Amino acid sequence: MAEIVLRNIVKRFGSLIAVNDLSLDIADREFLVLLGPSGCGKTTTLRCISGLETPDEGKILIDEEDVTLKRASQRDIAFVFQLYALYPHLTAYGNIAFPLLTQRFDKKKIKEEVNKAAEILQIKHILNKKPKELSGGDMQRVALGRAIVRRPKAFLLDEPIGTLDAKFREEMRAELKKLHVDIGATTVYVTHDQVEAMSMGDRIVVMNLGVLQQVGTPYEIYTDPKNLFVANFIGSPGMNFVNCRPIRDSSGKLVLSLLPSIDTSISIPEEIQKIIVDKNEEKKDLILGVRPEDVMLSLKKEENYIKTKVFVIETTGSYNIIDIKLGNEIVRVRTLPTMMPKIGETVYIGIDMKRVSIFNKEDGNSIMNSK
Amino acid sequence: MADVKLVSLTKTFGDIIAVDDMDLEVRDGEFFVLLGPTGAGKTTTLRLIAGLEKPNRGEVYIDNIFVNDFNPAVRDVAFVFQYYTLYPNYTVRQNLEFPLRSNLRKLSTEEINKKVAEVTKVLHIEHLLDRETVNLSGGEMQRVAIGRAIVRTPKVFLMDEPLSNLDAKLREEMRAELTRLHFDLGSTFFYVTHDQIEAMTMGDRVAVLNEGKILQIGTPDEIYNLPKDVFVARFIGTPVINLFDAIIEKDTLIIGKRDMVCSIFEKQCSLLKNYNKKNLILGIRPEDIDVSREKQKDNSFKSTVYFKQSMGVEDILNLKINSIIFKAIASPKLQTKVGETFYANINLDRSHLFDTETNKRI
Repeated sequence: MAEIVLRNIVKRFGSLIAVNDLSLDIADREFLVLLGPSGCGKTTTLRCISGLETPDEGKILIDEEDVTLKRASQRDIAFVFQLYALYPHLTAYGNIAFPLLTQRFDKKKIKEEVNKAAEILQIKHILNKKPKELSGGDMQRVALGRAIVRRPKAFLLDEPIGTLDAKFREEMRAELKKLHVDIGATTVYVTHDQVEAMSMGDRIVVMNLGVLQQVGTPYEIYTDPKNLFVANFIGSPGMNFVNCRPIRDSSGKLVLSLLPSIDTSISIPEEIQKIIVDKNEEKKDLILGVRPEDVMLSLKKEENYIKTKVFVIETTGSYNIIDIKLGNEIVRVRTLPTMMPKIGETVYIGIDMKRVSIFNKEDGNSIMNSK
Repeated sequence: MADVKLVSLTKTFGDIIAVDDMDLEVRDGEFFVLLGPTGAGKTTTLRLIAGLEKPNRGEVYIDNIFVNDFNPAVRDVAFVFQYYTLYPNYTVRQNLEFPLRSNLRKLSTEEINKKVAEVTKVLHIEHLLDRETVNLSGGEMQRVAIGRAIVRTPKVFLMDEPLSNLDAKLREEMRAELTRLHFDLGSTFFYVTHDQIEAMTMGDRVAVLNEGKILQIGTPDEIYNLPKDVFVARFIGTPVINLFDAIIEKDTLIIGKRDMVCSIFEKQCSLLKNYNKKNLILGIRPEDIDVSREKQKDNSFKSTVYFKQSMGVEDILNLKINSIIFKAIASPKLQTKVGETFYANINLDRSHLFDTETNKRI
């Protein structure tokens, strides 16, 4: 069990600033995900926590102890690179026991620890089998057993399931999350895959170019992204972005004029009108961000809906994604699986303005107040 | 444009049967997806169609012509690979022109320019024409690779996981682009992937392959809503379908140590009329379990939230009843918390019943 604190961490490689003034408080028993594209500094951050890299500036505390200059082996945390590399000549038992053998535990203690790990993972019945006799899922569980048997203070995982088949990844996400719930050790998990981050993290740290963009629960980050980078990175299918500008209609009411190729204005709730006025965003170039599930699609004309045509339709079984063209921009709509218009068919879309985000085009930051 | 027909196609590598007595008909103009896990035999099938492998047994027909003895060049198919195989020091234009300059074709420069212009327009890569391919991003390179396949107007496009090296965002965009491209070109696409979401979103029809054998062929709707066996049911759909071992007792299905006792209705009774075994596998997709704070009328079971996967648009709840764990989809509006108690309402009319021994749909 461990609480990990980063204070103003800076790490440079030559002239490149890999991590730029990062501060984080990771709570005991928390599952924290560092998320971002390659080169965002997430792995460097993890390596600083593990002790494989020493930060140029700042401090790292584990359970209130300053470990900034301590070596990796003195930190009692497990670093897992890949979950699926097993020793083929050893049984499941041998694979799980391996880290304990190298630490020279006595035989009885090893057996006890391996059995405990096997119990949690429900793999007691396969302990005598060799990797080639195991199913893929069981191999993963054995690999997990090897990681948890040391019972470290914290787990650091660097894209452990990134190269697996899609289906398998889904299973492993649930498996890892379940394991975290069962053993409750602090976990720091690095990935570039937002689905992994969303589905496993208690909180997510979104990073880009070495700089922290937003920290929050998956729900906060999804519904209230602080800037365009986060909005764009989170969600699948991704958020729709439409250029717009707040203008006054003939009655003096503030509306959003959609730009540039669409000749339409849409009315906005009073709450958003107030934000635009308060923050002096009137007449500025803004970007309206709408999640695909917050676009309503109708085959009939409805009030406040925009007329458009179906460009592509994608079915997934549990929902459909319908791409429509708004001016030159593609807008993606998430619908029930029963909604099946044809390519080229005329449809009407509306926007649930209570659930949108609005960004300043110049700096990319959200103008919305926190929900 | 052409149809593709495989008859009793078999290919072995030593002891391994990569493709096992496969029969398949891909219709002219169809977007056909071959879906399966790693090692299922997908790529081998594709290579047999292309002529890059010789089958041990069976026949390959393209456009109703028996092509077993034809070499790849004569078969007139275009291959798009997982790794974009472009000539690195050539420009995009040169890469696109290359297949047209083949001696087989004898096209004039004018014709070549016209074709290249057409293709670049379809793929939105006009602005890249004079760039060397080493200076392109992954998505741009894959577009050029697809362009090089299109430019020849082959009879069939064979695509081997062309999106799997792209990052998630780009993959999503390219999915829609390929779907639209297929609509615009109207050619036959034969597409191989391990990713069920690609198969579901792009395919007109999907064949699910495992260990060299086709388990089911159908539209995305059919394989999702009427999976023929447990493997297909598990492989299609995310989050994965819940599968419960159940005992049939009078008009109920008993799960676990009577942790869940589901009353069955007319629809299930008629399905089970000729089923004489005592056990079955009950499959129910997470979205077909409704989660509520109050107990509902039928098949409503008290359960606790064991852990939760927050996907933004929806929450995947991992619910627990004693030692049984299963998944249900809940709206984030329900604001569920770990450890809370909810009722899981199982919509049996949307359930799938499988034979415990054969794993086949009842």
